[in-house]
Amino acid sequence: MIRATLLMALREIRRNTLRSFLTMLGIVIGVGAVIALVTIGEGATARVTADIGKLGDNLLIVTPGGDRRSGAFTAAQAFKREDATALAREISGIERVAPTATRQALAVSGNRNLRTQVVGTTSDYLDVRAYTLAKGRRFTDVESASGGLVCIVGATVARELFGSGDPLGVSIRLDKLSCEIIGVLGAKGQSGMGQDQDDLVLLPLRTAQRRLAGNDDVNAIYVTAKSSHSTARVKSQIESLMRERRRVGPAAPDDFRVRDMQEIAETMSAATGTLTALLGAIAAVSLVVGGIGIMNIMLVNVTERTREIGIRLAIGARAREVLLQFLIEAVVLSTIGGLLGISAGLGGSVLATRALSLPFVFLPDVLLLAFAFSALVGVAFGYLPAHKAARLNPIEALRHE
Amino acid sequence: MTGKSARAAGRGPVVQFTEVSKIYGHGETEVRALDRVSLDIHPGEFVAIMGASGSGKSTAMNIIGCLDLPTLGRYSFRGVDVGALDADQRALLRRHYIGFVFQGFNLLARTTALENVELPLVYRRASSRERRARALAALEAVGLSDRANHAPSELSGGQQQRVAIARALVTDPTLLLADEPTGNLDSARKVEIMELLVRLNVEQGITIAMVTHEPDMEVYVTRVVVFRDGRIVDEHPGGRSRIGGVA
Repeated sequence: MIRATLLMALREIRRNTLRSFLTMLGIVIGVGAVIALVTIGEGATARVTADIGKLGDNLLIVTPGGDRRSGAFTAAQAFKREDATALAREISGIERVAPTATRQALAVSGNRNLRTQVVGTTSDYLDVRAYTLAKGRRFTDVESASGGLVCIVGATVARELFGSGDPLGVSIRLDKLSCEIIGVLGAKGQSGMGQDQDDLVLLPLRTAQRRLAGNDDVNAIYVTAKSSHSTARVKSQIESLMRERRRVGPAAPDDFRVRDMQEIAETMSAATGTLTALLGAIAAVSLVVGGIGIMNIMLVNVTERTREIGIRLAIGARAREVLLQFLIEAVVLSTIGGLLGISAGLGGSVLATRALSLPFVFLPDVLLLAFAFSALVGVAFGYLPAHKAARLNPIEALRHE
Repeated sequence: MTGKSARAAGRGPVVQFTEVSKIYGHGETEVRALDRVSLDIHPGEFVAIMGASGSGKSTAMNIIGCLDLPTLGRYSFRGVDVGALDADQRALLRRHYIGFVFQGFNLLARTTALENVELPLVYRRASSRERRARALAALEAVGLSDRANHAPSELSGGQQQRVAIARALVTDPTLLLADEPTGNLDSARKVEIMELLVRLNVEQGITIAMVTHEPDMEVYVTRVVVFRDGRIVDEHPGGRSRIGGVA
């Protein structure tokens, strides 16, 4: 009976191919949109998480200022170089420490210039942030200690100022400071947040503090733990050491923050995850609209086929069998729409992720959910027309023109 | 309703109206489509129900076919009080014991003759092989086996009506109800259809009740019942009363 009804439904759909297709188009678009948007969103989340993960799960960033959004932040004093050396000396789980003093500066070479970020730091910064050297060398200990006038430029800076020329050995000006390029960093590309990680110039910390900033402040300290397992322990050790060094009272909150990459990754993926859910919900609304389209056509269908319903009732169909027939027709329509939508959504998201150079994440549970939802839409919006068909009076239905 | 009870009930009248009235509306607007009608139709009979439009013959037909219920009185079909059945039970009665032939043929459009004939068997949950075999046999019986895969639009009126008769026959009904079966046909087709119905009545012993307003149809039937204003005003033997008449 169900099989015969299914075959009847398929025949009915085939009989009016164009109308059937237009009827299911709403579902196709709805399911396709849900799948495409969620897949793209998941791809973005995966990209962000992967990018942050690339920084290393043993990386910790120590910055001055409390967790509060206002107030204490401005009052917090900067770190000093000694804070970094103390960390390296006192905490055994630490592998490398890179204090940084960062500010914006105009980099000039010949007639070209570029506003870029100048990071005063130590050679360890390259290892901590996973930069490689494409050319040249690192700072020597002497250069670091004495504040030598040397710098290492990022790939973007090298390209913008020198094009295809060789920047090694050339002197550039950073605001009023002149320094010789001793190295070029390998390209890292955009970060998960969309920042160009190659748009920077590295100076020895002392050089940056004295010549650019005019103070001995350190804005942030980058720390790597020896293993990722010990990251949490190292983090709490840093916190207690810093509280001690900065003389934070026992009841007072921290006036600095230690963040690990996992924390940052979680924040970022929570943000993109919320966005994905929002987009998916908007797309789901179009599924409901698609369901209304199905209901509309099924109502027209019932009116058009009143006579047929009369014949069926006269030859002995029970009301529930007529109901089932029209319900199955609606569900078949919506599930075929769902299947088409899944292929459209998958195809669309493959193209979109390729265009946005995001990873393509295959989400079987989302496909299943979208498919189940389309079937549910068929049942929900097919019920009213089917009920109308089943309640027809056979005598009147047979007389219907 | 097993086959056994069908045979057991076969002795009494197939259709029995006892003081059946059908009343529409209330009070001053009340219309009596049927007014205390009593009528028996016995197995093997071919009864013509005649009358002008508005005489109540169609209402009687709908009640006989279990599509409608009497307002007053009792209708028993094969000994079963139809008034006591709900819509689903009446649908099952139709499914198993009644075949319908309509004036307008009422075939499903864009559906082959074979599929049209198979339709009642779908509701009887017959296997697709059984459906096909029985539908082909029914089409054979009405002389249309070579048109099995044609859609109604590819068939003449007479052929369409024969497909409709095959659809009514395919379930081996106890009672065949024909509502103006020749109404839309020219005279040659009328004869063809009437001869087919007579053959089914004689050879297969199917009880037939036929609504018509054409007096010439009297020659084909065993009994004539004439309705006027909701009552039976005349009842007389038809042209075949001696050949296949009441036992």
